[in-house]
Formats: sequence, structure tokens, C-alpha cells
Amino acid sequence: MNAPLLQVEALTAQFTSRGQISQVVKGIAFEIDSGQSVGFVGESGCGKSVTARAVMRLAPESSSVQVGGSIRFDGTDLLTLQESAMREIRGRRIAMVFQDPMTSLNPVMTIGAQVDDMIGKHMALSRKNTRQRTVELLDLVGIRDPARRANDYPHQFSGGMRQRVLIAMAVSCEPDLLIADEPTTALDVTVQAQILRLLQRLRRELGMALMLITHDFGVIAGMVERVYVMYDGEIVESGGVDELFANPQHSYTRALLDAVPRIESAGRKS
Amino acid sequence: MSESSSARITLTSEQETAAAPAAAPASGPTKRRRRRSGGRGLLILGLVMLTVMTVVTVCGSWIAPYDPTKTSAESLSGPSSAHWLGTDSIGRDVLSRLIIGGRTTLLIALIAVALAVAAGLLLGLLSGYLGGVVDQIVMRALDVVFAFPVFLLAIAVVAALGPTVPNLILTIAIVYTPIMARVVRGPVLSVKRLDHVEAARSIGIREVTIVRRHVLPMVISPVLVETSLTLSHTIFTVTALSFLGLGPPPPDPNWGGMLSEARQFMEIAPLTVIGPAAAIVFATLTFIVLANGLREMLDVAGRS
Repeated sequence: MNAPLLQVEALTAQFTSRGQISQVVKGIAFEIDSGQSVGFVGESGCGKSVTARAVMRLAPESSSVQVGGSIRFDGTDLLTLQESAMREIRGRRIAMVFQDPMTSLNPVMTIGAQVDDMIGKHMALSRKNTRQRTVELLDLVGIRDPARRANDYPHQFSGGMRQRVLIAMAVSCEPDLLIADEPTTALDVTVQAQILRLLQRLRRELGMALMLITHDFGVIAGMVERVYVMYDGEIVESGGVDELFANPQHSYTRALLDAVPRIESAGRKS
Repeated sequence: MSESSSARITLTSEQETAAAPAAAPASGPTKRRRRRSGGRGLLILGLVMLTVMTVVTVCGSWIAPYDPTKTSAESLSGPSSAHWLGTDSIGRDVLSRLIIGGRTTLLIALIAVALAVAAGLLLGLLSGYLGGVVDQIVMRALDVVFAFPVFLLAIAVVAALGPTVPNLILTIAIVYTPIMARVVRGPVLSVKRLDHVEAARSIGIREVTIVRRHVLPMVISPVLVETSLTLSHTIFTVTALSFLGLGPPPPDPNWGGMLSEARQFMEIAPLTVIGPAAAIVFATLTFIVLANGLREMLDVAGRS
């Protein structure tokens, strides 16, 4: 069998602030195969976003974070890689979609210019071809009249539309791995469903692996093949999505599953 | 400030004076509209003043009726058709000296501020974006400069280096750099934490490019306002230093020097003092009005 696309072993992350060390990721291990979709579920502060940023080697906010262990991506250890080599991987091979589409786009640049930048960074295309590709991408993620909308600024887009743009940017260089860090948290429920369907469709069409991070089991269901449940910096349970839903082993997983509101239980209560 | 809009309000409410006070405390949208038009009015006024000043300064040699350094027998003559603002103690035309003198003063101010803005932007971006030790070193160093009163520092530096025009420019640039750096650093601190900066990093863009394309454009509006404000301060500083004899050497005219020379004959020929004083006020006011206009306009744009 082939080696997994992403193989993480004994990953630790700790913050140092005023001499106090707090360990937010406590030696976790996981794998993602090519084309596989994997979900990470857990409450706020359980270390799932830090894990995702560790894979991208993006220090979350402060630079006082220390990451240990090994992250092997397609055979290379990302943690020991030169910064310049890492820049070639970011965006080109591993791309990321962030939580808040309202703030993730530069407000003073047009949508098209931002997607152009992303393509221009990693692909050798002429200016005209770049814009053509941008328009194709915007079309791919379901933005109507993409050629005209490419000249609009982010404030002329709704939250859901901006998230589509960010997804377009993320998939523009056809990465091997797409990390989506709570991609639907800032959106309302109907838009959530659309964005998830879009991610699912793009994953199939482009054959990407997907690392979906969320605190909502409802998002995980139907999206991923494998689930890792994180709590307090550790992976407490993992397994196929169906078996985990049917037969949760860990009490925290059961608590999380119970936290998802169900229509029938709501009906019973009232 | 909001003459045009308030005038409009009084016009429309003339018939119903009773309703006027109730309508006066403007509700949300009205208030905002008035503010915006006030800002635009200020901006336009500022730009008009700036244009007048620029034209007079640039075309000075053609506009000035006399050679500003040429003396004549009729000293301290009052205003006449030949000399609109009269002549000074050694018979030079005050108007010509004002026009040509403005060129020196404004040019010094302009170059000095350009230097201060460039240095301030560089230090502010560096300090704010990198943070940590770099931030500490840069800001503490600037604090030392900042701790001196502007004039004291300027006088000390000019006195030490000698009162030449390049020294004057350098001094003023040094004095205003910390202010500019602070104005830049503040917004950089908040902008660098914005998601779009991290998003840019996540697609593999270099730090230098991130600063240039994703941080700098976000901090440019406060810099613009501060630049205008600093220009007005600088004009004042230049004239003050010239007044104290630390400006460009005579006989070439400059506003501060003219003021200083004319002050002894204030009672006999008041126009020789009023002229340069008015010019200084006009130039200073131009940039204050411009700064306020810019602030109002950019604030509104930033809020929507």
C-alpha cells in the first residue's frame, strides 16, 4: 500500500506566555490518504485549529508557539523544511480555507486581483490566461456572471459568496490537500449546506484530500470518511464516520453527539 | 465647516420656524449626510487653498513684480500701486519677498516631511509588523527622540550642525519621524492580525509582498491625514527656526526671517509684519483644513 499523503506523528504544540507553558496539542498522530476526506471534531480550544496551522506551519497569532513531532507530507518533513520551500507548498500543494470569509479577503483589492495573485504565485501563466483561469474558477464555485464580478470588491459580496471566492482561491492550484478550518461557522445554515456541498463536489472533481475541522457533528456527517475526535489537545477517539455515529466509544464523543439538536427530540420537549 | 448644509436647512425651514428646532438635532442619516458634506466641503476648500499656494509658489519668479533682493531708496514705504504691500527697511518689495520666500519655506517643509514620512513608514511597518524585539528597539529609540520638545531638539541640532538648508531639512525630518512611525505602527498592529493577512501567508506569499500589498494599503489613510497635519506643523517650525536666525541665510527671503527683520519697524510699517504673518497662517491653515477634510472623508469611507 502507498504511504499516506499526510502522516503526523507525536505532534505537540505549546505556547509560552510570561514564562508559563501551556500545551495545546499533546502528542497526536493521524494520517490522511490521497483523496481521502477526514474530519476533526472537538470543542473550542481543543487544539484542532492549532493542528491545522501546524501542518501549514502558520503560527497562530503570536510567534511564541513551539511545534514538535513530525509532519510528513508526501515524503518530506514539513517541520524541518526551509521557509522558502514551505512557501512553495503553501497554496500550491496544501491550501487552506479559513473560518471567517468576511475578514479573509483584502478589502482594498478586487476579488479577481486576489485570485489572480494566488494563481500568479504558483503557476506560470500570462496575465490574460491568469484572468481567464480566475473567471473559470469563480464560475466553478458557483459565482454568477464571474467575468464581471471579478472586478468587484469584497464588500460587494455576501458572506457565502466570499467563502466561495476563498474556496476558489484555495483550489486554484489544484492542491493535494485542502484544509478547511470551520469553513461554515460564520455562515447561516442554508448557506452552510451549499458551501459543504461545494467542498464535497470540488474534492471529488479535483481528487483532493480534505481535512475538515469543525465543532459540529452535523457538518461532519455525510462529508467525511474518517473522524478524529479531539479533546484537550489529544485525539480521544477515531474511526469511520458511520461506526462512530452508530457506536461512540468515548464519553466525550457521546456528549458531543448528544449536543447536536435533533428535530424529533425538540418536538418531544415542547 | 458645514455652512452649505446648515444654510440649506435654514432655507427650507423658514416657513415653519416652530418645527425648526425639532428638526435641528439631526437624526442618524441626516447627521451622517451633513458630516459627509461638511468633510467634502473642507476637503475642497483645502484643495483650493493648496492649489492657490502651489501656483503662487511654482510660478513665483513670473508673478513677483520685483527682484526680491533688490534694494531701493524708498524704505518702509506704505502700500502703493507700485508696491502693494510696501517696502521693507532697506527698500525691498515685501510682496515679491513673500512670494519668493514662500518657495524656500515650503520647499524645506515639503522635503523634510517627505523624508519623515518615508522613514516613519519604514520604521512603523518594520516595528509593527515584526513586533517583539525589533519593535522594542525601534520604539524605545524613537521614544528618546520623542521625549525632547520639538523646538529644543531642532534648535540643538541646527546649532550643532550649522544653519544651512540641508541641515534644517534633516533636523525637521528627524524631529517628525517618531510621530509618523507611531501613526503607522498603530494600525499595522491591528491589520497584521486580520485574517486576510494570514490567508495571504497561507497561499505562500512572501512577507515583503504581504506588507506591501496587504498591510500598507490599509494604513495609508491615517498616514495621509497625518502627513497633511505634519506639513502644517513643519511650516510653522521652519518659520520659527528662521525667525530665531537658524533658517536659510540672508539676503534670500524666507517668511520667518522677514518676520524677524520687520518686527523692529512694526509700528511704522505694520504691513511688513502682517504680510509674512498672514502667509504663514494661510500655509499652516491650508494643511490643517486639508487634514480635517481628508479625515472626515476617509473616516466615512472606512465606516461603510
